[in-house]
Amino acid sequence: MTEALSISNLRKVYDNGHVALDGISLSVDQGDFFGLIGKNGAGKSTTIGIISSLINKTSGSVRIFDIDIDEDFDLAKSRIGIVPQEINFSIFETPMQIVTNQAGYHGIRRKPASQRAQHYLDMLGLSDKRDTPARKLSGGMKRRLMIARALVSEPGLLILDEPTAGVDIEIRRLMWEFLAEINEKGTTIILTTHYLEEAESLCRNIAILERGELMENTDTKSLLSQLRQDTYVLDLASPLTRLPEPLADSVDQTWKLRNTMTLEVMVSKTQGMNTAFELLSKNQIRVASMRNKTNRLEQLFMEITAESQSGDRGIP
Amino acid sequence: MNRERHWIAFITILNKEVTRFMRIWQQTVFPPVITTTLYFIIFGNLIGPRIGEMAGHSYMEFIVPGLILMSVINNSYSNVSSSFFGAKFQRSIEELQVAPVPNSIVLLGYVCGGVLRGLLVGVVVTLVSLFFSDLSIHSFPVAGSIILLTALLFSLAGFLNGMFATKFDDVTIIPNFILTPLTYLGGVFYSIKLLPEFWQVVSHANPILYMISGFRFGFLGTADIDLIVSFVLICLFCVILFVVNLRLLDRGFNLRQ
Repeated sequence: MTEALSISNLRKVYDNGHVALDGISLSVDQGDFFGLIGKNGAGKSTTIGIISSLINKTSGSVRIFDIDIDEDFDLAKSRIGIVPQEINFSIFETPMQIVTNQAGYHGIRRKPASQRAQHYLDMLGLSDKRDTPARKLSGGMKRRLMIARALVSEPGLLILDEPTAGVDIEIRRLMWEFLAEINEKGTTIILTTHYLEEAESLCRNIAILERGELMENTDTKSLLSQLRQDTYVLDLASPLTRLPEPLADSVDQTWKLRNTMTLEVMVSKTQGMNTAFELLSKNQIRVASMRNKTNRLEQLFMEITAESQSGDRGIP
Repeated sequence: MNRERHWIAFITILNKEVTRFMRIWQQTVFPPVITTTLYFIIFGNLIGPRIGEMAGHSYMEFIVPGLILMSVINNSYSNVSSSFFGAKFQRSIEELQVAPVPNSIVLLGYVCGGVLRGLLVGVVVTLVSLFFSDLSIHSFPVAGSIILLTALLFSLAGFLNGMFATKFDDVTIIPNFILTPLTYLGGVFYSIKLLPEFWQVVSHANPILYMISGFRFGFLGTADIDLIVSFVLICLFCVILFVVNLRLLDRGFNLRQ
């Protein structure tokens, strides 16, 4: 399969000596929905900045659809659409002007550019704001506008740098649906995000960056299978004043009474929940509902990044 | 194919620039008209008759070309410097950086926007001057080419200012402390032949003198400086500024980390 993006030994050292990327290599297949996750300062935005020509690399190579950016960056740029983390359009222009101009920069004539702009503004629910100055748009609308602008050149590779940061839940879900839809239609997507739930539900492959180094680069399922335990929150049907001794002394699970109506249990993945439920039944504790306490990917992410700092992978 | 795409990109940048300065015409086109009208009234109508003739022409006729060119210089310069710095400040310049647009097209787009604003203001000021003076043009090709080259030169200079500027003050320092003194000392209101010999020699170091002198020749047929020297120097400055700007853009100066 053709690679939409191939990065080899990419290194970036800023003028102040800070090593933002320390020789990372990764590839993204065409049609993939790829997640790039990491803490602040991990190197996600630097990677995207280099791909999109906003940051100069120190060394290494980047190929976009097999086009080396050192050989023909303009051709490579014609294949990508970028949705940056920060708002980066003129707030005095209207969405229609912003999206149509971006099409013009890609060499698309005015008439088809206007038609495409209208189409993408429609798709992102901005058609009624098409002639409103961008400064009057809400935060969510501004983010959707940047997606419409990135899509107007119909790129093969769409790169989104934390597109849903600061967006309310409803809009975030709508954006997820939209991104999944365009990925389904063939657009390769690279997403960086702080919302690990977002990466878990959207991305087929995930890379974890930590302090400029690639800690993981695999498919989401394999990554999640590394999790060794899950934590569940149990809402009780009747109040419990103290944790019964059999639960407190259990060696198979770790139980905590959060409040009189909520129990929390940590179980190993190999063990499952059966023994936990048996224990609850024996102690006549009735459970009304149950949910996973943490986002699984978030838990794994915390483990991996903590390991990189301690140099130890033996977290239970 | 590439040529057509680059042409469309250029027209898009130019269109965006024209739309920008026309959207705020009260701030871009109107103020120079008011300022120049005041110059015409005060220096031309009120003080001019007391001064008498300058280089064989009425004082009003003498200052008209200089005032037109002064408005072209200020507007072409400030249009590009403020627009490019504004794009950097708002980060909307990234729209162009991530698009497949060669740097030469970006430079030409911004610079031609500045040239158009300079020429538009120049035309409006010229029309205003008709209320105060019987304007006659000695050589249209000379006046036309000098005004065009001057607008181009100062648009390029404005772009350079915009490249270097990292804060709003940086955009105003050059016009206030360098451009305005050079313009006033470049012979807008007087012939350098009136100066003592030493200051005449010093005045030759002022590039604006060559433009005003050449432009005045286009209107009145008389000039302080040889016309060929004016053309050669203006063209030379244009080429140097174009190359310097393009090099800086290619390096991503103040644009890429």
